[in-house]
Amino acid sequence: MLNKNFYLILIISAVFGISFWIGFNVNLLPVEASINAPIYDELFKILFIIGLIIFIGMTIAVIYSLFKFRKRKDQYGDGIALEGNLSLEIVWTIIPSIIVLIIGLYSYNIYDRMGGMKELNHSHEMMTSNTEKIWAGISQASSNEVTSNNLSVEVSAMQFAFLFNYPKGEFISGELHVPVDHKVSMKMESKDVIHAFWVPEFRIKQDIIPGQPTILNFTPTKVGKYPIICAELCGPYHGGMRASIIVEEESDYKDWFNKNTKTEVSL
Amino acid sequence: MTISIDSKDSNTKSLQPKGWLRYFSFSLDHKVIGIQYLVCGFLFYLIGGTLASAIRIELASPMSDFMPRDVYNQVLTLHGTIMIFLWIVPVVNGAFGNYLIPFYVGARDMAFPRLNAVAFWLIPPSGLMLVASYFVEGAAQAGWTAYPPLSITTPQSGQIIWIMSVLLLGGSSIFGGINFIATIIKLRRPGLKLMQLPMYCWAMLGTSLLVVLSTPVLAGTLILLSFDIVAHTGFFNPVLGGNVVVYQHLFWFYSHPAVYIMVLPAFGLVSEILPVHSRKPLFGYTTMVFSIMGIVVLGLVVWAHHMFTSGTPPWMRLFFTIATAFIAVPTGIKFFNWVATLWGGKISINSAMLFSCGFIINFVFGGITGVALAQVPFDIHVHDTYFVVAHFHYIVYGGTVFIIFSSIYHWFPKVTGKLMSEKLGILHFAITFIGFNLCFAPQHWLGLNGMPRRVAEYDPQFQFVNQISSVGALLMAISTIPFLVNIFLSIKNGKDSGDNPWNALTPEWLTSSPPPVENWEGEAPLVEEPYGYGKPISQEN
Repeated sequence: MLNKNFYLILIISAVFGISFWIGFNVNLLPVEASINAPIYDELFKILFIIGLIIFIGMTIAVIYSLFKFRKRKDQYGDGIALEGNLSLEIVWTIIPSIIVLIIGLYSYNIYDRMGGMKELNHSHEMMTSNTEKIWAGISQASSNEVTSNNLSVEVSAMQFAFLFNYPKGEFISGELHVPVDHKVSMKMESKDVIHAFWVPEFRIKQDIIPGQPTILNFTPTKVGKYPIICAELCGPYHGGMRASIIVEEESDYKDWFNKNTKTEVSL
Repeated sequence: MTISIDSKDSNTKSLQPKGWLRYFSFSLDHKVIGIQYLVCGFLFYLIGGTLASAIRIELASPMSDFMPRDVYNQVLTLHGTIMIFLWIVPVVNGAFGNYLIPFYVGARDMAFPRLNAVAFWLIPPSGLMLVASYFVEGAAQAGWTAYPPLSITTPQSGQIIWIMSVLLLGGSSIFGGINFIATIIKLRRPGLKLMQLPMYCWAMLGTSLLVVLSTPVLAGTLILLSFDIVAHTGFFNPVLGGNVVVYQHLFWFYSHPAVYIMVLPAFGLVSEILPVHSRKPLFGYTTMVFSIMGIVVLGLVVWAHHMFTSGTPPWMRLFFTIATAFIAVPTGIKFFNWVATLWGGKISINSAMLFSCGFIINFVFGGITGVALAQVPFDIHVHDTYFVVAHFHYIVYGGTVFIIFSSIYHWFPKVTGKLMSEKLGILHFAITFIGFNLCFAPQHWLGLNGMPRRVAEYDPQFQFVNQISSVGALLMAISTIPFLVNIFLSIKNGKDSGDNPWNALTPEWLTSSPPPVENWEGEAPLVEEPYGYGKPISQEN
């Protein structure tokens, strides 16, 4: 009996060990390039480890049963007439309930840290009127944010392109340029069908819905060029509906901004 | 002229064609209708599978080079619609439900045999209509979700035919659901208590409740959508002041329960198969019943988790996260009980058993990714990506389709009186299991790293993983060959199975195989312990 328990504990700790090792060492996610990303990856890691423990545990239980309790050639008759066990049922009702509840509360916490539960506080010049209903995406806030410092961009999505309007510079760009470590506030509108704004490296996605302006805020943290992907089926060229977001140092961003503003003025 | 209606169905039955011809007739025999559902569903599975292969061929290379882009969207729309409405729903509900439920309740037929036949005969014409819409002006190309405004702006004839076809199939499904509820509640043999019914009856009762409660909502939604398309009303059209998100709420109010309409019957079927082949009673019968009903109730209040990126308010996101994640609890109970059923048994390792165990492993994986997807912050990144594609194929293919195959191996002797070849069956399982996991497991990574779903082209960095996936799809296509060979060889030259080859205790095995027209020569037996393995009742057998 002691021997049996010993093996059981050994197997369980091996399952936990393997799951934790994989959870901490196997990276399935792209680069982290926004304030959101590390928070997201923290949640992912926890879910990944819990998922692995359950999956490996269940798979071992099934394969072990098939092997251990297989009918040998000389055997006949039935297995034991065991119809249930109330305490076991209670255990495997309560433990998963607790796990699910903890995951739910934890992901609520993550979502709150991402700014999902915050009131959207959009910078002034883009509020067209008070009656216009604006739908919430993620309203991400960094602790030292100064609202006037936010970069505001108006995004129009159409079959099959994104256009980025910089109201301050009065120009429209096909690429989204943003300075690193600055909060970007986007007001997104669709001209035709539903599109979605997705930057995998930022771990954010928001549908762009016709007839309904939507706000999405984010703060990039890493200089680089990342894809903006339309994630909602929008027609034949849906797969080709891409744009780029270029996160650059503030000085580079200013150069780009001024250059574009100037051409606009000289026209 | 008066129309006479036979008071006894047996009179009309004796006038109906015998032999294979009866499968092409308006038969009222629940067993014939069950087989009609199964074979018809399988033919559509082959069509849907061909479309899936076309998608995987297109995705073997990063460029859109195999078919035109709009055809690709038609293919993915038809693939989804056919697999859901013409293969999985009719087969796990219609085929097995019709064949088994009257046996399980001790009846000679379903409660409404004519309605039953009508429900089946709606399927072939609407399915053919759907497929044929490709040749009109192109099939629907807005995905199986048909979100407006895309579904309003794409070519109209395809979308309208799609709506009509789905409405007819929904009607068929509602007729079936009403019939199952009536049969299970009202047609039980005297003396048979509800808590003595085999688990599949409970699964079908729960499923039918979901069908009857949620399918009319889909029907209403699609009728409004068709008004928007044809009569230029503005229910969902934003140009006319409509609201596209309302459509999503209405659509998912049906289409999330539809997932349970596809998996709950499979949960019932696996609960019949595991006890027989492991020679043990079903573990925790009562908790299994309650967990089915728990899934039914929770399944109706989780739909908005499909819309976490559609601009839903935060409190709503939170509620739907918790509700969705809690479905894992009754579902988990069922899986623990199945493993406990295996534990300590005398397990025959045969095709039916292997497919059922493959189901457990695949579904646990799909369930885990499901709990992850229920978390709003997690879902925001992977929504509408290949991660979701992988997740639901683990549920509906790795889950339900594995159980369909398991059930075919299990009940083939019942229907034909012949045994299937175990060697070919195990080969079929091996290729399917490897092919399935090779096809869909890598897609989780694709989704996490930036490949959206429903695209014909993608970044070249994803090519290798997509090719692995396509090889898996090829294996899945190949796996149907040993299955079909096995079916035809066994019908022709299979060994006689006798009436009860598995020594099973559920009522359908307590008559001859194949069963007579009205199921039992004498009176239906009273089966109080359908899972009495290891007890004296089983030893007598």
